[in-house]
Amino acid sequence: MASIDERPPDDVTASGARAGQVAAVSAGTPTGQAGAPGARRAPRRNRGGLRGREGAAGWLFVAPMIVILGVFLVIPIGMALWVSFTNWQGNSNPFQVGQGTDVVGLKNYTDLFARDGLTRDNFMQSIGNTFYYVLLVVPLQTALALGLALLVSNTMLKGRSFFRTAFYFPSVTSSIAIATVFLFLFSNTGAVNAFLALFGIDGPQWFTDSRGLLHLAFNAVGVDNPSWAQGEIFGRTLWDWLSGPSVAMFVIIFLVIWTTSGTFMLMFIAALQDLPVEIDEAAALDGTSRWQKLRHVTLPMIKPALFLVITLGIIGTWQVFDQIYVMGKGQPDGTTLSPAFLSYQQSFGNFRYGSGAAMAFVVFLIIVVLTRLQRYVLTDKDDRKPLFRLGGRK
Amino acid sequence: MIERRSNPVKTILLYAALLAFAVFFIYPFLIQISTSFKTDPDAANNPLSLVPNPVTTQVWQRIFGQTGDSSVPVTTWVQNSFIVTLVVTAARVFLDSLAGYALSRLQFRGRNAVFAALLAVMAVPGVALLIPKFLMVNYLGIYDTYTAMILPLIVDAAGVFIMKQFFDSVPVSIEEAARMDGASIFRTFWSVVLPMAKPALITLTILSFQGSWNEFSHFLVVTKGTPEHQTLVTGLASLTSGQLGSGTQYPLKLGTALLATIPVAVLFFALQRYFIRGANEGGVKG
Repeated sequence: MASIDERPPDDVTASGARAGQVAAVSAGTPTGQAGAPGARRAPRRNRGGLRGREGAAGWLFVAPMIVILGVFLVIPIGMALWVSFTNWQGNSNPFQVGQGTDVVGLKNYTDLFARDGLTRDNFMQSIGNTFYYVLLVVPLQTALALGLALLVSNTMLKGRSFFRTAFYFPSVTSSIAIATVFLFLFSNTGAVNAFLALFGIDGPQWFTDSRGLLHLAFNAVGVDNPSWAQGEIFGRTLWDWLSGPSVAMFVIIFLVIWTTSGTFMLMFIAALQDLPVEIDEAAALDGTSRWQKLRHVTLPMIKPALFLVITLGIIGTWQVFDQIYVMGKGQPDGTTLSPAFLSYQQSFGNFRYGSGAAMAFVVFLIIVVLTRLQRYVLTDKDDRKPLFRLGGRK
Repeated sequence: MIERRSNPVKTILLYAALLAFAVFFIYPFLIQISTSFKTDPDAANNPLSLVPNPVTTQVWQRIFGQTGDSSVPVTTWVQNSFIVTLVVTAARVFLDSLAGYALSRLQFRGRNAVFAALLAVMAVPGVALLIPKFLMVNYLGIYDTYTAMILPLIVDAAGVFIMKQFFDSVPVSIEEAARMDGASIFRTFWSVVLPMAKPALITLTILSFQGSWNEFSHFLVVTKGTPEHQTLVTGLASLTSGQLGSGTQYPLKLGTALLATIPVAVLFFALQRYFIRGANEGGVKG
């Protein structure tokens, strides 16, 4: 099985770290197996003497980590879970029931799905927006990253490191700084519209255009808000669900693909370098075409990298926040709202922390479910493990 | 490889494709640089041009506080960015390698449980942490302080994981010798192990610097957003999203964005191979 947690333990550095993250997300309780490599490498030696002091030193060495991650990560999640069951407004102690804070049970969660109102409207719109966003960003950035990696991996290529650097550079810059640049590029008087004008195309007003791309396509074939699309799902008409990303959201999609492809390209390059040359040559001798080779030789062999890139893509895209914050805060007409941004706005803008926290936990769940589903789909039939399992690993 | 004897047309097409992509990825940065030397009307009228006409350094004078206009306090932002980034990076590199070493080498009861917990923590998506961080910072009474900006960032689970994986890959014999000679555990770690871990430490330093310099959402939720505790990135975000001043001010925004890009860019071009290792040495070795 081409699974991430079978990567060798001497994976140094970030993709190793990311792989760990992926393994942890998609494997549920990461006990046993996860801890095993280290244990195997350093077999238990007899205690006492030199080794005897290691117990105390070990705990001392990990103490700062445990304190910081405990205080600023684990415990706060518990606090937020509590707040998501209350109607806390930010102006009292959220943990003292009665003085301005009441326990409302699951209301913050049910309001997102079952109660007609602004909260549900916004939340469902943000889910719809982000669904299209993920649907476009993940495949396109994966394909672009793979394409760039294949181009750069050509052994005869001159100036390889120049191209690699050029493609990778956007990935290391601040998301806020890049979003600022794109705000200018796509502004009404910006470079993109100036470029389109060279070909006689009158570019749209990107950031104020709330028309959905799928709606535009429907309109082009003469369909506009037809009767068959009037049924409501979670308070939104089917027609609204079918809008596709708005023109404004399209800019953000474009931006994110542009910035993240470089990182994923590096992962593919690393995977491609691992391919044994003999296989390449055998495929060439057999007279396979380039496309056949890619489809039947290269892709299957870099499946672990593909798995990693898609999983990281899904995890990252569902959390889109920075770009939304800078590029319109949900405008126009809520078509760039993402659940992460809405959760922030609900808490820090409307002071409805309980509702905001509930949204965050729902997104968390969506990410966990999707990464598992994706893992299930990409795993070969024979190696599949149950999609969901109660309890830990054996 | 056999297909290397491909015909010249294909080679030309390959380079054309590569060049097109290179322009695609680099041109926005070139526009950014030139626009920061343009006047507002020039930026709006000639958005594609790489040559400012007329050339003006007004934006940069304003950024460095030479114009007496303090509505966009970039110098304060820069100062905050450096304070926070340097403290976080130094602390993170030390604490991450300390914990990574213990998890890799030291035998202590509960080690596997700690490592499993670490992996679980790494799996938590950042989006689920905004409100939690705010709640804890508020609870501790450190809202809108440097402490709140720095303390939660000084250990990161991914960094600990990187260091643990690194130490797992290094042979244990040299440290054993030091230990046999009677050096204490910390002394061995500090004088023998860390010097050997230089490549991993550089990688971790880069990741920490880049991460905390570019950090946005954490600072957004633990501070009020007054210049006093704004970094270059959060300050830029308030400038860009139109909270400061009127008009489009694109040259000013792009200049500030450029300033926010420069430190990481310098680091990137100086230590490129470590960046690439940072993005994934694992795959290369695997």
